[in-house]
Amino acid sequence: MDFCSFLTIDTFITDPLTHDFMRKALFMSSLVAAVCGFLSSFLTLKGWALMGDAVSHSVMPGVVVAYALGLPFSLGAFIFGVGSVALIGFIKQKSRVKEDTVIGLVFTGFFALGIVLVSKIKSNIDLHSILFGSPLGISLSDVKQTLIISLLVVLLLSVFRKDLMLYCFDPRHAKTVGINVFCLHYLLLTCLSLAAVVGLQSVGIILVVAMLITPGATAYLLTDQFDNMTIISVLSAIISSVIGIYVSFWFDLETGGSIVLAQTFIFLFAFLFAPRYGVFKFKKLFSGYNR
Amino acid sequence: METTNYQNFRIDAENICVDYNGKVALYDANLRLKPGQICGLVGMNGAGKTTFFNALTGFVNISKGKIRINGESVRSAQKDQSIAYVPQNEGIDNQFPVNVWDVVMMGRYGSMNILRCPRESDVQAVKDAIKRVDLTDHLSTPIGNLSGGQRKRTFLARAIAQRASILLLDEPFSGVDIRTEKLISELFIQFKNEGKTILLSTHDMIHVREFCDLVLLINKTVVAYGETSEVFTPENITSTFGGISPDFLFGPES
Repeated sequence: MDFCSFLTIDTFITDPLTHDFMRKALFMSSLVAAVCGFLSSFLTLKGWALMGDAVSHSVMPGVVVAYALGLPFSLGAFIFGVGSVALIGFIKQKSRVKEDTVIGLVFTGFFALGIVLVSKIKSNIDLHSILFGSPLGISLSDVKQTLIISLLVVLLLSVFRKDLMLYCFDPRHAKTVGINVFCLHYLLLTCLSLAAVVGLQSVGIILVVAMLITPGATAYLLTDQFDNMTIISVLSAIISSVIGIYVSFWFDLETGGSIVLAQTFIFLFAFLFAPRYGVFKFKKLFSGYNR
Repeated sequence: METTNYQNFRIDAENICVDYNGKVALYDANLRLKPGQICGLVGMNGAGKTTFFNALTGFVNISKGKIRINGESVRSAQKDQSIAYVPQNEGIDNQFPVNVWDVVMMGRYGSMNILRCPRESDVQAVKDAIKRVDLTDHLSTPIGNLSGGQRKRTFLARAIAQRASILLLDEPFSGVDIRTEKLISELFIQFKNEGKTILLSTHDMIHVREFCDLVLLINKTVVAYGETSEVFTPENITSTFGGISPDFLFGPES
């Protein structure tokens, strides 16, 4: 059977949809992409890319402990995610070590703890699926859990969107007009931990970092409007997920990796061809653009 | 009697101390300002000017002393939108994806509902504020595309939109063009007539003489405080700037 002779645009799109696991994977990945993409615009503007990296790695031991105790993964991941950030803050305050160093040492410590726990707790927990995700093997309970957490994060980010934007832009002004900056800080961290949990299902711990950073960075190159940035970030994340899953289906590639690669290509495209901030600025095409 | 006395002051800071992880940034600082007064905050870099602002806005906690804003706590002042802070141009991320309208609207956030949906009155306040700083032609210009002076005016408009009774301005004249400088000078006179209280930090000694009724010289603590004509003496300035002669700061003709 020749692969190419059977493949038309029509079958390329519809064939994977005949499989239940593919429909589920597409839905789940798009959902996770939307959540991570939404959050990504805040992290990019706040300069928290490294924090996203830290939290998503730090949830690892939480997942293993939760598994061992028979608790939901998300609970363990959430506790360890927020715990790592609290620890980073504590060490930073009590020592002269710089913040990026503290972040690096805390998350690698947590991550190593997770790996050691996996090897010690003789279970059928699949290290590979935690690290790289398993969007094609998602169970119904995972779907429910992801759906609930995703809706919660999207709701929180939507309600506090403007406050969070102000917090990222000018926290001192936020404080001066009576907005609780302390709560916003922890709100953003909570959403980050929850996003790491949902991302873990789809692309795994390692690649969820990309999901939290790349869409926001792409959108940042394409617009000067915060609302547009959020929309572009979410859309680019969803489109990458869909492209990644189709490509991995047809070419038998690792799904998580394909999704992130798709995101990276979209970023590169924006990096090269963004109208105002790209390497090759298409100023003439956008001559009406208000400079 | 004591309480009534407090009410007369817009800002009443009494023996305030601020430390960052045990490192003292400001100690035993006092300041009392009435409505309509303009006070210059003068000191070297690291003398505690920004810390003083941070304490008054509640951005850092004071470890000792007491701050009353319009006779109330700093927290009440935040809720009442009593204080507006105009940052230095350097303190702002110029690449942040917001335009002039967005920034000025941020001045209204404290008065809006939780979703920060602007009402007609908020829109009007923002329009008026932008008009006062002469940026009506730049409503949708991203802040990254503004000049230093325009950006300064944008943040001044945010403070105007907030309708605060106290304005704290960090280096309002640094990095601005002549036009902006003139506009800010005119606004200061209007603010004074409206009964607003202004505390501004500056490196420029000429501006202090020109605008400020009072001057507060600080070097981790208050070196001197009072009417500009009395306090702004070469001796006080020299001790504020760690022995540097005022000739060096003003130029020899002063």
